[in-house]
Amino acid sequence: MNRLLPRLLLTPAMATLFLWMIVPLAMTIYFSFIRYNLMQPDESGFAGLSNFEYFVTDPSFGAAVVNTVLLLGSVILITVVLGVAIALLINEPFPGRGIVRVLLISPFFVMPTVNALMWKNMMMNPIYGVLAQVWTFFGAQPVDWLTDHPLFSVIVMVSWQWLPFATLIFMTALQSMNHEQLEASRMDGANYLQQLRYLYVPHLARSVAVVVMIELIFLLSIFAEIYTTTAGGPGDASTNVTFLIFKQALLNFDAGVASAGALFAVVLANIAAVFLIRMVGKNLDK
Amino acid sequence: MTARRRSNFPLGMLALRTAAAWGVALLLFFPLGWLFLTAFKTELQAIAVPPLFVFTPTLENFHEVQERSDYLLYAKNSVITSVLSTLLGLALAAPAAYAMAFFKGKYTKDILMWMLSTKMMPAVGALVPIYVLAQKSHLLDTQLALIIVFALSNLPIMVWMLYSYLKDIPHEILEAARMDGATLWQEVRLVLLPLGMGGLASTGLLCLVLAWNEAFWSLNLSAAKAGTLATLIASYSSPEGLFWAKLSAASLMAIAPIVVFGWFSQKQLVQGLTFGAVK
Amino acid sequence: MPHSSILSSRTRLAVAAALALSSLCGAAGAQAQTELVIATVNNGHMIEMQKLSKNFEQAHPDIKLKWVTLEEGVLRQRVTTDIATKGGQFDVMTIGMYEAPIWGKKGWLQELKTDAAYDVDDLLPAMRNGLSVDGKLYAAPFYGESSMLMYRKDLADKAGVQVPERPTWPQIKDLAAKIHDPKAGVYGICLRGKPGWGDNMAFLTTLVNTFGGQWFDMQWKPQLESKPWKEAINFYVDLLKNYGPPGSSANSFNEILALTNSGKCGMWIDATIAASFVSDPKQSKVADQMAFAQAPTMHTPKGANWLWSWNLAIPAGSKKVDAAQKFITWSTSKDYIQLVAKTNGWANVPTGTRKSTYASPEFQKAARFAAAEKIAIDSANPTDSTLPKSPYVGVQFAAIPEFQAIGIAVGQQMSAALAGKTSVDAALKASQVAADREMKKAGYYK
Repeated sequence: MNRLLPRLLLTPAMATLFLWMIVPLAMTIYFSFIRYNLMQPDESGFAGLSNFEYFVTDPSFGAAVVNTVLLLGSVILITVVLGVAIALLINEPFPGRGIVRVLLISPFFVMPTVNALMWKNMMMNPIYGVLAQVWTFFGAQPVDWLTDHPLFSVIVMVSWQWLPFATLIFMTALQSMNHEQLEASRMDGANYLQQLRYLYVPHLARSVAVVVMIELIFLLSIFAEIYTTTAGGPGDASTNVTFLIFKQALLNFDAGVASAGALFAVVLANIAAVFLIRMVGKNLDK
Repeated sequence: MTARRRSNFPLGMLALRTAAAWGVALLLFFPLGWLFLTAFKTELQAIAVPPLFVFTPTLENFHEVQERSDYLLYAKNSVITSVLSTLLGLALAAPAAYAMAFFKGKYTKDILMWMLSTKMMPAVGALVPIYVLAQKSHLLDTQLALIIVFALSNLPIMVWMLYSYLKDIPHEILEAARMDGATLWQEVRLVLLPLGMGGLASTGLLCLVLAWNEAFWSLNLSAAKAGTLATLIASYSSPEGLFWAKLSAASLMAIAPIVVFGWFSQKQLVQGLTFGAVK
Repeated sequence: MPHSSILSSRTRLAVAAALALSSLCGAAGAQAQTELVIATVNNGHMIEMQKLSKNFEQAHPDIKLKWVTLEEGVLRQRVTTDIATKGGQFDVMTIGMYEAPIWGKKGWLQELKTDAAYDVDDLLPAMRNGLSVDGKLYAAPFYGESSMLMYRKDLADKAGVQVPERPTWPQIKDLAAKIHDPKAGVYGICLRGKPGWGDNMAFLTTLVNTFGGQWFDMQWKPQLESKPWKEAINFYVDLLKNYGPPGSSANSFNEILALTNSGKCGMWIDATIAASFVSDPKQSKVADQMAFAQAPTMHTPKGANWLWSWNLAIPAGSKKVDAAQKFITWSTSKDYIQLVAKTNGWANVPTGTRKSTYASPEFQKAARFAAAEKIAIDSANPTDSTLPKSPYVGVQFAAIPEFQAIGIAVGQQMSAALAGKTSVDAALKASQVAADREMKKAGYYK
């Protein structure tokens, strides 16, 4: 009886959740199987797999998939590693810690479009950007970031924006470490590296899983940064799967192919998630 | 904390750590600080080479933004849509996360994964279906549409984060409360809520920021009435002509409320959060 | 206060508030005034119009104006999605010369009725033709432009070169070589490179036109591997590699404007509106040194300079046609131009639409580039801009719905060629494949 009541109470919430998730997904699945181009309203009817085929045979498709995976992997790696490092750095008290924390968190609040424009014009422009000035100061030739290293530039921009999030999560995780355990280990003669390995890292494992999963969700749809800076170029060096979907949805106005692309993106994300879960997510179940 | 923790590191290390921490923080904050400075420059000063650190500040950009767009309308919409969508999301996600954390079934993890995977679909792919749906329900250019869509977008994350937080609360505590004869409601409000408050707060804060910065749906589902601050930014980015100082000013005005809120609440968060420790 | 009810009462409060708000929003619509929602692009002239619209509201107290200002690409996506799904969100739309013929033909736009006071014959013929289908006007031009050459007269004089009114590309290359001086921070010539059908491809299409090429032949087959294309793109890549600034492949209008205004570009070929910016002492360090000429030609003058206008249109099936029509008539009339001249000076009036603007002596005096601009606009003909006959309308674009996706794919390839990531031949081959694919799918040929 005690177990049944909560179950009953929770059913409406679960049902609503279910419904809300299902509806957009169902619509997308439906659209991906029909012919629906906004500019050609008279073309309709069942399209079979032709939308999927068209999306997958885009000449930039292979590059887009590779770039998406690279983008995801790099940003996750950078934010997790640097995030943990910074969180450990500021874990112990020091003068001005509050202000430092605030400074570190701030980039997360900037809107992606502004982020992109800021990096493109203020930092990375090879003539009047800040980075160019720094390079010239040291006597080197300024790097043309967006032309020569387009994907890397996008990775930098996105990592900068998401690093605060990772740092915050890890910071709070570290705050809740079991201090008695730390003291005990110190008494037993453990040095910092050993503490790291046996105490800090296992404790952080859960929060790393959280950060990885959430970033996975958001980074797949990275779009604003690419559109505003490189428009996917040069060539398709910084095109990702979302950009291809955008091309179909908002340049071609072909909702059918765009929906097919969106479903494909979900499949890709699921594959990536399965991998990451295997590596990190054992901790989901601890 | 009653006893002072003996730090692992002597004073020399303290100085090194302080320097490193400040260095990293300033480096990471620099672009944002530059944005802040640029908002007070004229357009010509904004693109000066070498970059100007010293200049006479002007408020003309802020005046222009205020004159051209109805900042208060956008700000109001941002606040309403972010806050209400977060609350709505929490209200739906919390019971679900509770069920999954404490009444773990065979399929709990699968449901969780599936929920997350629906969120992975890039929004641009679902634009036309959602637009048509909104249009048929007469919800285009309304705050309600945005609230629903924001809540929907953030729901899987809320469920997932709350689930993680709740899982960390040991069953023994709840068992003990139950043994003491507490009803379900008492169990929830006297034991669960205090322990889970940190989780609720940090999840709420994250989703608040995400809803605040959400630009894709705000732009596409709103016209003249329901635009948020993200839409305001869209009207300043890349027109033909110099725009950089004005965009910086508009951005500052757009992120100011959420940044201030975030700064204040993160102190509460970090102090009040448990994330695994048992009080 | 018991804790347990906080969450549930907060939830109840939230839902109630949401419902109340949405009903408030709904109720606000039912007023005696007609409210017009205007979607527009965020360029200087439109922002000016927004400021001056108070005058319109005073003259028409029963009409209230609400503005939605967006950047060009986003605006286009927004209004297209809305008009194609009959969303009804906007009563007046700002559309470009690209959409107007396509949408007019599809019957998506309301035909515009004008009276004698409006003087529709005063509209520049190039503009009027570009916006009409079967003689019916579907959009009223608010601002028009072509492209032209802007160059630093002081640098040209120092190099001993006199730039003719209609230069040729070899002459330009020669001048660029002479004034290119990176150590002094001056680059010979700056041109667009960022991928986009309206970005680098706008310029490149005019380049290909004047080299004697076209996008599609009369059977709609893409011509991207033809000789004129190869010649033009090789010329472009070569020119910018040797005499252009670094970062060209990501440079669009704004980036080059910033460079030119700070004196780093010796020459720039772009929209005529740029002329007003680079000669404005308030934003340009080299305002007095800039001079203007027509866009360079090669094998033919056809299509060497582009034609674009921003126009106001009414979606078909709109319930506010009268009010919308009144607004459009007001904002594209001679009186409006006089109003802007009075408030901001003749140098800032929206140009490129009416013969009377150019005929005005005050305008000619205030805008040094006025004469060159008019010549440029008059010489651009969207129905005859290529040497071989073409099946499409448009100077720097082809007015077909598929062009946007094709344009960006090709634009990306061109940008890669410019950045040296791929050879020009490989880029053109990839472009041909991309274009062919889209055209086949759209059913132009099997």
